Amino acid sequence: MRYLVLLALWVLPMLAHAQDWEDQRMFGVDSSPTMRIISSTDTSFFAPIIESFLAERPDVSIEYLVTGTADLDQIFRASPAEFDVVISSAMDLQLKLANDGFAQRIDDITHPAWAQWRQSLFAFTTEPATIVINKAAFAGQDVPRTRLELIQALRADPDRFRGRVGTYDVRQSGLGYLFATQDARASESFWRLTEVMGSLDARLYCCSGEMIDDLADGTIAVAYNVLGSYAQARQDTRDKLEVILPSDFPTTMMRTAFVSRDTLQPQTAADFIRHLTIAQSQGADLASFPLPPLITELDAAGRSRIALEPALMTYLDRLKRRTFMREWESAIIQSPSAPSQ
Amino acid sequence: MTEVVRVAGSLRNRLAVTLVGGAAVLAILLFVVVRNYAAQIAQAGQDQIIGASVSSILDAAVVRDGVVDVDFPYASLSMLSTEFDDRVFYAIYQDDAVISGYDTLPRSDIAANTDRQYETVVFDGVPVRLASASRTLIGAGFRTNIVVSVGQTQDALSGTLNGISRNVALFGAGFFALATLIAFWATSTTFGQLQALTTAITRRGPKDLRPVVKPIPAELAPLVSSLNSLMARLNQSLLQSENFITEAAHRVRTPLATVRSHAETTLHRVERPENRQALRAMVRAIDESSRAAGQLLDHAMIAFRADNLDQQDIDLGALVQELLVQLTPIAEMKDIDLEMTQDGNAAVRGDPILVQNALRNLIDNALKYSPAESTITISVSDVPTAHVRVCDQGTGFDPDEIDDLAKRFKRGTNVAGIVGSGLGLTIVEDVAHAHGGKLTLENQKTGGACVTLSF
Amino acid sequence: MRFLLVEDNIELAKAICSRMQLDGHVVDHAERLEHAVAFSETGEYDLILLDIMLPDGDGRSFLKAHRAGEIDTPVIVLTARSEVSDRISVLDLGADDYITKPFDHAELQARCRAVLRRKAGTAKTITRYGDVAFDPVAGNLTIGDRVINLRNRELRLLELLISAPGQIFPKTKLIDRLFSYEEDVSENAVEVYIARLRKHLENSSVSITTHRGLGYRLDHD
Repeated sequence: MRYLVLLALWVLPMLAHAQDWEDQRMFGVDSSPTMRIISSTDTSFFAPIIESFLAERPDVSIEYLVTGTADLDQIFRASPAEFDVVISSAMDLQLKLANDGFAQRIDDITHPAWAQWRQSLFAFTTEPATIVINKAAFAGQDVPRTRLELIQALRADPDRFRGRVGTYDVRQSGLGYLFATQDARASESFWRLTEVMGSLDARLYCCSGEMIDDLADGTIAVAYNVLGSYAQARQDTRDKLEVILPSDFPTTMMRTAFVSRDTLQPQTAADFIRHLTIAQSQGADLASFPLPPLITELDAAGRSRIALEPALMTYLDRLKRRTFMREWESAIIQSPSAPSQ
Repeated sequence: MTEVVRVAGSLRNRLAVTLVGGAAVLAILLFVVVRNYAAQIAQAGQDQIIGASVSSILDAAVVRDGVVDVDFPYASLSMLSTEFDDRVFYAIYQDDAVISGYDTLPRSDIAANTDRQYETVVFDGVPVRLASASRTLIGAGFRTNIVVSVGQTQDALSGTLNGISRNVALFGAGFFALATLIAFWATSTTFGQLQALTTAITRRGPKDLRPVVKPIPAELAPLVSSLNSLMARLNQSLLQSENFITEAAHRVRTPLATVRSHAETTLHRVERPENRQALRAMVRAIDESSRAAGQLLDHAMIAFRADNLDQQDIDLGALVQELLVQLTPIAEMKDIDLEMTQDGNAAVRGDPILVQNALRNLIDNALKYSPAESTITISVSDVPTAHVRVCDQGTGFDPDEIDDLAKRFKRGTNVAGIVGSGLGLTIVEDVAHAHGGKLTLENQKTGGACVTLSF
Repeated sequence: MRFLLVEDNIELAKAICSRMQLDGHVVDHAERLEHAVAFSETGEYDLILLDIMLPDGDGRSFLKAHRAGEIDTPVIVLTARSEVSDRISVLDLGADDYITKPFDHAELQARCRAVLRRKAGTAKTITRYGDVAFDPVAGNLTIGDRVINLRNRELRLLELLISAPGQIFPKTKLIDRLFSYEEDVSENAVEVYIARLRKHLENSSVSITTHRGLGYRLDHD
């Protein structure tokens, strides 16, 4: 932690000048006070929500900054006063931020107990990790419905899939690490699948978007643990790809948001969170937003959500992470060649 | 006998206050004790869970290839989830260094190989319950001490405690309310018996000095026993006083009667005017003193009886008739006619002895102040209220003194030479007041006085 | 008249006896209850004067025994008590009247007369003088076939004069007789009653003569 702070102090001046954001966009009138949202979600997914909020609150403007989950964690920890609202898909990092006291309590938001933590961290989507395949690559063949079927399919025809399997690089993607650790917790088949993918020289990605691009153009035939919502949301790829919800056990993530403890606009930020949670769980126009909604009741398949609890910090533990990374690396990187980055 | 009783405080109130106060103290004590006990239990519960978490982390510590690895299970932290989403902090130390977790978590001062030690520390500005345990790991030529500390905020604990406090407070309040009801019921039951005794004694007639024989609670026994003995002594002393008065009157009056008879006899035998004058004065003095003594005794008797008023039905007409029979011989001596008229049935409730005494005094007065060969009219009527009116044909009252005449020992100034104690009208007025009536003095236009005793 | 006086106090008894003898009455004195019972059984009395407190018993028990013995000699109780209730209870027990000690003999006489009048018939004590018959109990005077009712003071005056006809009674004696000791009367007050009696006695053989400086005397032709 001490090193992190030192790092942050060193990095901070550079951030002020030119942070390397994936995306950066202003909403609303320039002159009004600006609320800064740091997020791991693509702007396109969030724009409609922000615009509907500004329609109600024309007196504010919003700067929306996008970066990866791991970066987001570091940047925010380094300068919590710079940002008003923090949105991320990495539940574990978000929960640790809240546990460490970075999140402000907002008592007047009514949200189900399982969808919020300490009345400060609020979930607003339900998004399962999925297997996405290129339909063309699986032509004339049964589509795998479970992890086991995927392993069998990959083993049955290794030449066909060599170099054409993709998954998150857990070292880079916080969300990927979350999905991987939750998978590992749930079933041994995760490690078998990882080893199979490693033996097929799996491609490792930082982000869902790139993985789907490669799937769409046939660079890879199958991607594991992709956010299905991303795949479904894209008009250009919808016909080429098939999103499969593993029927053995699903891993479902909830995107979360909180107000920074050091915000200068606590009221506006709280209003935004309230607007976000209402729009995503009980809004009249749920369908009109591209983000998947927060499903407030469990469906028949018993899709379990990753629980918002302190145990999420388990795999953030230095020793646990070290151990997990070591095992993951030894499973996925079997060839002497360096993984693509 | 409505004596003024000095009242200082109330037993009933004191008892009620004591009981209610006791209930309040008990309720508060109950609240404090139960809350403290609950706090201990709740704290023990939290400690148990944090301790289990520490143990599960410490159990996972192993030495692999000369490096300490702690691959603790998900459940280690999962078990710390609470309804109130308490924050969780932990740290894993190898010898003096933090190897994982929160670097700034306060370091517990714990000896090697200690099983679970608890303390409350302040971390990030909030109180945190911290459990720690240590274990020594031994590998090949390798020996190191591992300490694990897990901390948890106490929101759920205080929430639980607040809930318990609320319930205990409600329970305490209920207990208090119930105890208060019981206290009031108990006091009113207890004092109901006292009230019953009081009623029984108050209802007694004026001359009922018998001991109380009704069963009474043991606590009242000393009081009632004293009361009984007091009444017995009172009865005894009343009897003694009555006998004493009678005896005294007898002893005084008998010699007076002797002297008077001798004086009268002597008066008939002496001729010299100065001797006759002296004898007459002597007789008059005897009459005056005996009459005064009689009226004083009567007055005392009336004062006593008026306090314990007997309640009987009295026919005023019959009473007056009886009196007239007795007084006629005296009236005749002055050739005075006693005329009685009766209008309606005048009845009153009261003490016949007192009323007769009063009427006797009225007619006696009229006889005394009437000239010879006159008429005294006694009218009994029940309109507007029962009354007896005695009118004579004497000189009447002095108009200036008419209002003061009924005062004790006050005699009219226009009656010099007539024997009287001045108590007659006082007695009548006292009797009137005791019966809620009044005495009216007036002069008739045609001359003579009229005295009305009305009820 | 014959009286039985039941009184334990000898001094008082003597005084009463001498006073009553002065009026011309015969008085027997009984000191104790047993004597009283014996006297009342043997003697013929017009009236019994009974003291209520006696050494050998309450006078009330004598009253009871007396009434039980069906002797209807009137009884006047002499009482030293003043309490009204006591007087009443005495009357309830059969006394005819009572008088409180010390008493005016005139009042006693008046009460005796009243009691005897109520029991009319038991004793006829008519005094005759000349052609006049005087009944002090009934309070009238008969001259020939003329009956004259006397007022009380006239009666008492005549009673005295007729008790010793021919004797001169000084005015003072007459005043003592007629007026109570409470009254201050002049000697002339008696003249009114003398005049009235004279009027009643007109046309009879009896007359009252004035003896200047000495008094009055009853005479007959």
